[in-house]
Amino acid sequence: MFIYTLKRLLAGLVTVWFIATATFIAMHQVPGDPLMNDKAVTEEIRANLQAQYGLDKPVTEQYFIFLGNMLRGDFGISFTQQNRRVNDIIREHFPVSAALGVLAIFFAAAGGVLWGALTALYRNRMPDVVIMFLVILGISVPSFVFAALGQLALVNLNKLADHSVLPVAGWGSIWHALVPSLVLGLGTMALLTRLMRSSMLEVVSEDYIRTAKAKGLSPVRVFFKHQLRNAILPVVTVLGPQVAAITTGGFVVELVFAIPGLGRYFVQAVQQLDYTVIMGTTVFYGAFLVFMVILVDILYGFIDPRVRLK
Amino acid sequence: MSSPALQPEAFKPAVRTAEAQQMSRPSLSYWQDAGARLRKNTRALLSLGIIILLGFFTLLGPLLWRVDPALQNLGRVSEAPALPKTAKVVAPYSSFEGITLDDVPEQPDDIPESLPAPTNLRVLGEANTQGVRIAWEPVPGAGGYNIYRNNRLPDGANDLGLPLGVTFPEEISYEDRLGLKDKDYYYSVVPTDGFDEYANYAQIKVTPALTITQQEALELGLATADNLPAVGEEITVAFHPLGTDYLGRDMLARLMEGARVSLFIGLVAPLLFVLVGIVYGGFAGYLGGTLDSLLMRFADFVVALPFLLFMILFKIGFGIGPGESGILPMLIALVLLGWPATARLVRGQVLQIREQGYIEAARLLGASNGYLIFRHILPNTMGVVLVTLTFAVPAAIFTEAFLSFIGMGVAPPTPSWGSMCNEGVKTMLSHPHELIFPAAFISVTVLAFNLLGDGLTEALDAKMRSRE
Repeated sequence: MFIYTLKRLLAGLVTVWFIATATFIAMHQVPGDPLMNDKAVTEEIRANLQAQYGLDKPVTEQYFIFLGNMLRGDFGISFTQQNRRVNDIIREHFPVSAALGVLAIFFAAAGGVLWGALTALYRNRMPDVVIMFLVILGISVPSFVFAALGQLALVNLNKLADHSVLPVAGWGSIWHALVPSLVLGLGTMALLTRLMRSSMLEVVSEDYIRTAKAKGLSPVRVFFKHQLRNAILPVVTVLGPQVAAITTGGFVVELVFAIPGLGRYFVQAVQQLDYTVIMGTTVFYGAFLVFMVILVDILYGFIDPRVRLK
Repeated sequence: MSSPALQPEAFKPAVRTAEAQQMSRPSLSYWQDAGARLRKNTRALLSLGIIILLGFFTLLGPLLWRVDPALQNLGRVSEAPALPKTAKVVAPYSSFEGITLDDVPEQPDDIPESLPAPTNLRVLGEANTQGVRIAWEPVPGAGGYNIYRNNRLPDGANDLGLPLGVTFPEEISYEDRLGLKDKDYYYSVVPTDGFDEYANYAQIKVTPALTITQQEALELGLATADNLPAVGEEITVAFHPLGTDYLGRDMLARLMEGARVSLFIGLVAPLLFVLVGIVYGGFAGYLGGTLDSLLMRFADFVVALPFLLFMILFKIGFGIGPGESGILPMLIALVLLGWPATARLVRGQVLQIREQGYIEAARLLGASNGYLIFRHILPNTMGVVLVTLTFAVPAAIFTEAFLSFIGMGVAPPTPSWGSMCNEGVKTMLSHPHELIFPAAFISVTVLAFNLLGDGLTEALDAKMRSRE
């Protein structure tokens, strides 16, 4: 177990190094020059600026400086926001994205398990047909349409109630996060519902279910204790990669609902070609996702004793 | 338990008959069997039909609907879907004199508590999309008038709509030329004391007629210089069955053009990266050993890259020059990031197939490596590859739409369904058709490919075949 964790963590570090290198290469391919954005400056000022950001050094040296700073957890200073450190930007805006993401994952997992179990229970009957239709809709409609519709629903809700029931946009309280995270989790919820349904139907034909029924356990007990608990396992496996989908999917939701999360910042940084912010957030997100997947895999070993971690 | 009485004939040895050796049905190849299974799946067939229709829409549509998707008409922006209409040819716009009282009405020293609504609110001349001119009788004691316009019947004095302007007490007319369309408007005139409004107001419903000047008709290609319609004649104006966008461009033509971009990226990128994946995975799986683990380790790294972040990074890395559409960078980025999933899958398949008896047999018969790979191994991985491809298409369409929506996709003016959604979402409340149509096209396409993928998985699944 310990060896396995150590191995995975080491592999994770190598992956993060790969991500950092790929980011560095991609950013140095960008045509133009980070200092060309603003109005024309004289040669001397340019040279000074380049020296300030270390852009006058050879590319290989820049790469090693970049790696060294990354190792120390220093992502540098923003190009477009005066004297703002990338670390501060991440520290300030990542918790917002994380809160949104955690709530979305919660909605998605709870909804997925609930609806999936329900469809399996009512297989080929009305609730199954209706929910599976909604699931197909959830998989096929782009997230930004859901975001727009969610906001529209909020506007109409507030209009109907004649006072502000839920805020339409912005950030600050749990009420601000409610609808955006629901919207953000919808796609994953649809996916998990599908997975849960097929997993439930597979478990139903297992021998231990028949044994449990034969022992005379109540249907409720068989359903919750034997069927549901075993069917959840595959759902947990995909949660790791789905965290990635939800964090990056957050871009659109953050844009539409005007939430000051890291995703919105990343999009803004790309538009302004703020190199250090782009590189910093990419490496940060990449590392976060890599370790989330490892975490879920390790947790899986605890949940499912059949999985022996080697 | 009672068993049926056994007769001695039952214990006679079976006779080998020619009948038993005969195959009652023709033997089916893998693909014929899968095809038959797919034909029984109505949902998958329906999806296939939709995909074919989309293909017609994209390829043949522009031949049948010969409207320039880039032609702007600022006179007809954000029009809802409508039937063909005609416009009346009118003379060029001439300025409005207005009605001004010769004597400025005297202002009472005490501001009156309340004033009656203006009477005789009327339209001067013909109300058309060039301008709507309204006039009213002066209200003694009023210090001026506020003019409002609403798109629907106002719901009381607080719901008069768009404030158009303010007039002096002697001005008892107003001309509205603000983005008029041929639909119903409700104009309200409220007397004021110079600052604050009184409660009573007059209201009138006006429906401007669609008009066009000779000059505009020429510019829009509706008439030629030697065949110019006379003033007062009716001419047919451009027909927009699905309405127009915020620059007055035809939605149908743009959806066709956008379909070309979205489906091109959605089909070509998966085709390319699946091809790369087959070669890479097949190579790794067939060679095996250290090289295999090295190659697959690299694939693992690429999988670990945060997909959308790197899509954006690579896209800006390639850069979009002025006048370029940005389709090619997106294509390259998709291929660079998309191949490892197929490579892993194909490698797994190749590892399995490599150990099969028929490969051994072929090798014993003296088959070369190349022959084995292309004749035996790769064709047998095709089922899995086909399913991957079908699911990769909706994913690629989603990626394109997502990137275009956040403004990182194709560069304007090139339309794609995603960028059209991006433009449409801004005016979602007032002109929902600009969002609904492209979003519906994305959804239907993604839905069709997903259902087809489900059908293919079922049709090609060996587990299902043995179960029946």
